[in-house]
Amino acid sequence: MAKKSNSLTYEVVKGLWNENPVLIQLLGLCPTLAVTNSAVNGVAMGLATTFVLLCSSILISVIRKIIPAQVRIASYIVVIATFVTVVDKFLAAYTPDISKALGAFIPLIVVNCLILGRQEAFASKNNVGRSILDGIGMGIGFTWVLTLLGMIRELLGEGSIFAISIMPESFNTWLVMILPPGAFLTLGIFIGLSNWINERRVN
Amino acid sequence: MEEKVIKNDVKVKPKKNPKDKLFKLDRQPLIISSSPHLNTTDSVPKIMWTVIIALLPAVVLSIYYFGLPALWMMSTCVISAGLAECLMNKLKGEEFTIPDGSAVITGLLLAMTLPPSFTLTSAIIGTVFAIVIGKHIFGGLGFNIFNPALLGRAFLQACFPVAITTWTFPKTDVYLSKIVDGVTAATPLGLFKFEGETSDLFNMFWGNIGGSLGETSAISIIIGGGFLLIKKYADWRIPVSYLGTVFLFGAIMWWINPKYPDPTFHLLSGGLMLGAFFMATDMVTSPITPKGAWIFGIGAGILLVVIRLFGGLPEGVMYSILLMNAVTPLINRYTRPKFFGEGSK
Repeated sequence: MAKKSNSLTYEVVKGLWNENPVLIQLLGLCPTLAVTNSAVNGVAMGLATTFVLLCSSILISVIRKIIPAQVRIASYIVVIATFVTVVDKFLAAYTPDISKALGAFIPLIVVNCLILGRQEAFASKNNVGRSILDGIGMGIGFTWVLTLLGMIRELLGEGSIFAISIMPESFNTWLVMILPPGAFLTLGIFIGLSNWINERRVN
Repeated sequence: MEEKVIKNDVKVKPKKNPKDKLFKLDRQPLIISSSPHLNTTDSVPKIMWTVIIALLPAVVLSIYYFGLPALWMMSTCVISAGLAECLMNKLKGEEFTIPDGSAVITGLLLAMTLPPSFTLTSAIIGTVFAIVIGKHIFGGLGFNIFNPALLGRAFLQACFPVAITTWTFPKTDVYLSKIVDGVTAATPLGLFKFEGETSDLFNMFWGNIGGSLGETSAISIIIGGGFLLIKKYADWRIPVSYLGTVFLFGAIMWWINPKYPDPTFHLLSGGLMLGAFFMATDMVTSPITPKGAWIFGIGAGILLVVIRLFGGLPEGVMYSILLMNAVTPLINRYTRPKFFGEGSK
């Protein structure tokens, strides 16, 4: 590791690659696989998760000393569910199309193991400042992977990115890429590539 | 490594000194190696190129029936398979494995499972998928779980479900071939499943039917497959148990209810012959024990008839073999022969 593992910048940067929630920690794979059939959905899901992650990290970090250890998971869920409801209503009010496309996966952010995992592993043990940085870093790390996945799947599956068609007319769309197997294939190749790059960096 | 030592051994000629017998022995290098001690002259390239020779009758007949498009399709797939293989060798920093012929076989087999009207660019996608994901991601030849050619076809089936089930009829009708480029026609299996028509068994035997490039002609595949069996490069148990199970199970179903096709139709239609002789017998992805080979063939046969009769698709050779590929490690594990003296469990 080039950077010191306890510096403030590292708290943000680690989420982007070194401890990326999707590529390295393999957290939150359910939305990663389910909603990335288009780039817009990937961005929306990433941002919604980032918002929930950031807000609940702040709140839980603030109240971490008064939560009894025995009921901490339940307490986290209550906090997370509050912010998920906010996101859910916000999306339904301002972007009904995206809200419809993401469907049940917005309410399901409540049980996204990325958020719960960060609360348990980080926010409940660190002060508010570090928790904010951690939440931002993890959120951005989650969002860029989802967006890239969505872009690749949309490009091959529908010949467009962000609904702007860029492939020539003669392009035969790969139906499988917007179906669940396409998500598994693309994510598998992603994780394989990131492991390969990490291995080369170490050597 | 071991092979080299033994080759050197043959070349070393002891200096002639008849007086000293010990000297003669002394010149022989002492070889200490682990098993196997019996070596055969078979090698991976030899086996692979023999398989390609065995495929030639089917190649020739498919070019005869489908014309030049068949030739373009096969050469495209073979060349792109070779290029993908080179690329992966380069990325992995290993020696080029083109000469062992396995990539050529993968490309050729994949081309034979595609319909003649399939676009070449899509065929390239499938071939690259077969080589890169099907073979090299798993570690290269000998480590792949699934038959690469079938995996490539499964990917194409998932990507382009319409294009891969659009068949053209062979161009043997002189009058028709002057007017049009190709006539779309269903395969015998498709005709039976969706229209309830049967096809002429004689045409099915020779290959004058709609279908994928290499699968239509049963006779050419039997000739090539028979050659492989005689050379013992394919385990005879697998095609025998696979075809036998399909015949028996098909016959039982036909006997129960004559609305199902008769067993001969099962044997001659679709890609069964091609699959049974050239894909199920793939040395890497089929069980190594004799008992395992029987289980493999019977399992694939039952799956095939079930998919054909009760599934949504008219054809199931690809999925039946891929599914049995998936359980091959398990079959190997449970049919492992006992060591001498090992107690029963």
